[in-house]
Amino acid sequence: MSNLILGTSIVEDEWNLVRLPVLGEETVRKQAGKVVLFKLTGEKTYSEEQIAATVIPATGKILAPLSLWIARRGELESRLAAGELAIWLDTHEVLADLVSAFDDINQLPLIAVHVERFADGRIFSIGNLLRTRHGYQNTLRAFGDVLRDQLFFLKRCGFDSYLIRADRSAEDALASLKDFSQPYQGAVDDKQPVWRRVSRQPASQP
Amino acid sequence: MYKYDEIDQAIVDERVAQYRDQTRRYLAGELTDEEFRPLRLQNGLYIQRHAPMLRIAVPYGMLSSRQLHKLADIAARYDRGYGHFSTRQNLQLNWPKLEDVPDILAELATVQMHAIQTSGNCIRNITTDQFAGIAPDEIIDPRAVAEIMRQWSTFHPEFALLPRKFKIAVSGTKQDRAIVQAHDIGLEFYRDSDNKMAIKVWVGGGLGRTPILGSVIREHLEWQHVLTYCEAIIRVYNLHGRRDNAYKARIKILVKALGIDEFRKQVEAEWAYLKDSPNTITEAELQRVAQYFTKMPYDTLPAHDASFDSAIASNPAFAAWVKRSVHAHQQPGYRAVTLSLKPHGRAPGDATSEQMHVVADLAEKYSFGELRVSHEQNLILADVRLSDLFSIWEQARAAGLATPNIGLLTDIICCPGGDFCSLANAKSIPIAEAIQQQFDNLDYLHDIGDIELNISGCMNACGHHHIGHIGILGVDKDGSEWYQVTIGGKQGNDASIGTVIGPSFAAEEMPGVVQRLIDVYLQERTEEERFIDTVRRIGVAPFKAHVYAKKEAAHV
Repeated sequence: MSNLILGTSIVEDEWNLVRLPVLGEETVRKQAGKVVLFKLTGEKTYSEEQIAATVIPATGKILAPLSLWIARRGELESRLAAGELAIWLDTHEVLADLVSAFDDINQLPLIAVHVERFADGRIFSIGNLLRTRHGYQNTLRAFGDVLRDQLFFLKRCGFDSYLIRADRSAEDALASLKDFSQPYQGAVDDKQPVWRRVSRQPASQP
Repeated sequence: MYKYDEIDQAIVDERVAQYRDQTRRYLAGELTDEEFRPLRLQNGLYIQRHAPMLRIAVPYGMLSSRQLHKLADIAARYDRGYGHFSTRQNLQLNWPKLEDVPDILAELATVQMHAIQTSGNCIRNITTDQFAGIAPDEIIDPRAVAEIMRQWSTFHPEFALLPRKFKIAVSGTKQDRAIVQAHDIGLEFYRDSDNKMAIKVWVGGGLGRTPILGSVIREHLEWQHVLTYCEAIIRVYNLHGRRDNAYKARIKILVKALGIDEFRKQVEAEWAYLKDSPNTITEAELQRVAQYFTKMPYDTLPAHDASFDSAIASNPAFAAWVKRSVHAHQQPGYRAVTLSLKPHGRAPGDATSEQMHVVADLAEKYSFGELRVSHEQNLILADVRLSDLFSIWEQARAAGLATPNIGLLTDIICCPGGDFCSLANAKSIPIAEAIQQQFDNLDYLHDIGDIELNISGCMNACGHHHIGHIGILGVDKDGSEWYQVTIGGKQGNDASIGTVIGPSFAAEEMPGVVQRLIDVYLQERTEEERFIDTVRRIGVAPFKAHVYAKKEAAHV
C-alpha cells in the first residue's frame, strides 16, 4: 500500500525517485567524538562522479535531484517540457540555487524536500519560502524521515504532500493533520493570526 | 493577569490529547526512544537520573492563587510533595512518572496551564522582570506584548525544530532585571521621541558553554512589528544556525561567526518581506490583551502607615526582614514582598506543597490573588498594603518563607545539579547548603550586603553562574567533581561575564573559598561599595592572591 499523502488522502506515487548513486564507501563524519548528524546549510555533499554516474530513467515521470538538473540540464529539458520532471532538494541545499535554475519554478508540477532527520526544522522555512517568497503553487512534498508528528507543522508551512516513512502507517498519520483546530499565529496555510481570524473578546473571570 | 478564552483553552486541551496519544504510542513501542525524545522534550519532560523531570511553564513568571494551589496538589499527588522553581521562572517536578504526565497536563489545563515548549529546540517560555507592572522605575509594562508573543510562539510551525533552544526576555524598566543581554533575543521596551512604545532589540546573548552578552541588532523597532522582526531573526537562524555540533548551535555562535553587521543585514533583508504581513500586531489586539494587565483596584492610601512604622521600631526581626524582602511600589501605601525560598540548609528554589498552599492563600488574602516567580528563584507578592506586611511576615515566617536574606549571600541562585539532573557534571545543592551554613549569621550577612552568588552544576549554566558576582561552576575532572570560581559577573544594564580566578576546588573547600573572597572584600571596600563594585575597582588579582595563598601565609 502507498504511504503517500496528498492533501488529506492516501494516493499512489506516480513519480519515480532518482537518487545520486553511492560510489565507494560513505565516510562517517565525527566531531568531538560524536557522529555528525546534520549537514551544514550550503555544504556540498555529492561529487561530479556521482552526478555523472546517475542513471536517468528513459521514460515516465521522474523526481530528480536538483544537482542533476543543474549539471545535466540538456538531458532533462524535454522531460520538463513534457511535464515529466519534478525536482527534489535536501534541507541543507540552498533554495536560491533551485529558484535560479528555472525560468519559472511553477514549470515544475512537484517540488519535494528531503529531510534526513526528523529534528531538522530547516524544512519548515524552505516550504514557507517556496510558497510565500517564490510563489510556488504546485505540489510541495516532504519525504525522508517524515513522521506524523511533523505533519501539522509541515501543512502550516505550505506542504500539501507527505511521504510517510515506510515503516509507519500513513493512515494513522492523517489524524495528525488535525492536531489543532485554531492555531494562534498566521502561517502559510492561513496567513491570518487568530486575532484577525475570529473576534476574541476578553474572557470572564473564572 | 491573562485569562484564557475558548481559543486558548482549546489549544491546551488539544495539546493534552496530542501528548496523551504520543505517550501511548511510545509505551506501545510505536515510537522509539529517539523518536519520542523531541516530542517529550517539547513538553518539558526530561529523563533524569532517578525519574523523569517535568518542567511546567509559568509564562513570564505570573501565577494565580488558584494555579499555585493546583501545582501544590499535583506535587503532592504525582510527586513527592515539593517542586523546584527554576531560574527560568518555571516550576520543575523531580519525580513524576512518565505514564502519569498526560494526566498531569490534563490537570494543568483545568487551571489554564501547560508544559508546552518548556524544553526542546524551540522558542521557550518568555521571561521578564518579577516586578513588571509595579516597579517604580518602569517605563513600559511589557507583559501584554509578552503574552502576545507567548501565543505567537506556541506551536509556531516554522520554528518547531530549531538548531537549539531559543530564549526570549522582555524588560521595560530603567534598571534591567530580566537579563535581556543574556538571551537569544532580548527586547528592551522604551518610549521613543514621539512618546510611542518602541523596542531596542538585542540578539545573540547567552550563557552556557560559551557565555556572550548580546549585541544590539536594532535600536528602534515599533512595537507592532515585534513578531515579524523576530520571525526574520529566527528564520535566518533556523536556516543557517549550526546543526552539526550541539555546542555551537545557539544563535550566539551564528551571530559571532557572521559578525553583528552581516547578521543584521541578512535579518533586515528577510524582514523587508515580512514587515507588515498579517502577524503585525494590531492596536485592537494589543488593547484586548493589555486589559488583563491593567493596574489592580488599589485603595487610595497614605504613603505611611503608623502600625507598620511602630512594628518596625519595636521588632528588629521584622525590621530586618522588611529591609531585605520588601520592595518599592508605584502605588502609595503598597509594597511588593519577596518570600524567600532560600532558607539556610535547603535546596534553593524548592517549595513544599504546604508552602505553596500557604503562599497561594497569602496571595489570595493580601495581593489580589496573584503572585510571581523571580528568576532568582523566590516568590513575590506584588501588591501588598503596608498595613498587612506584619501579618504576612508572621504567616510567612511560620511556613519557613521569611528568611531575611533576599539579595544577600545566602540568597543563592542554584540549578538542581548532579543530585537530579543527568546533564550535570557535579552537585550544586550541597555546595549551596554548605555555603549557607558557613554564613549562617544574619548580622554578618547584612554587613556583607548586596551580593549575588550563582551555582551551576555544568556548562549549561542553568544557575547563571557567569553573571553571578561570585559564580561557581561544577566541572568533571577524571570522574570526580570540582568547582571553578568566577568573580565580577553581573546582571543588569551594565552586565558583565565573570572572570575565572584560577584552578578549581574540591567541594569541601568551597565554603572556605567564598569566605576568603568575602574577607578580601571586607578589607578593601569603601563605605559605599558592594562586593561587585570592589571587584570592578581593584580587579581580580587581590582576590586570587588571597584565595590561593598558602594556608600558613593566610594566618600571618
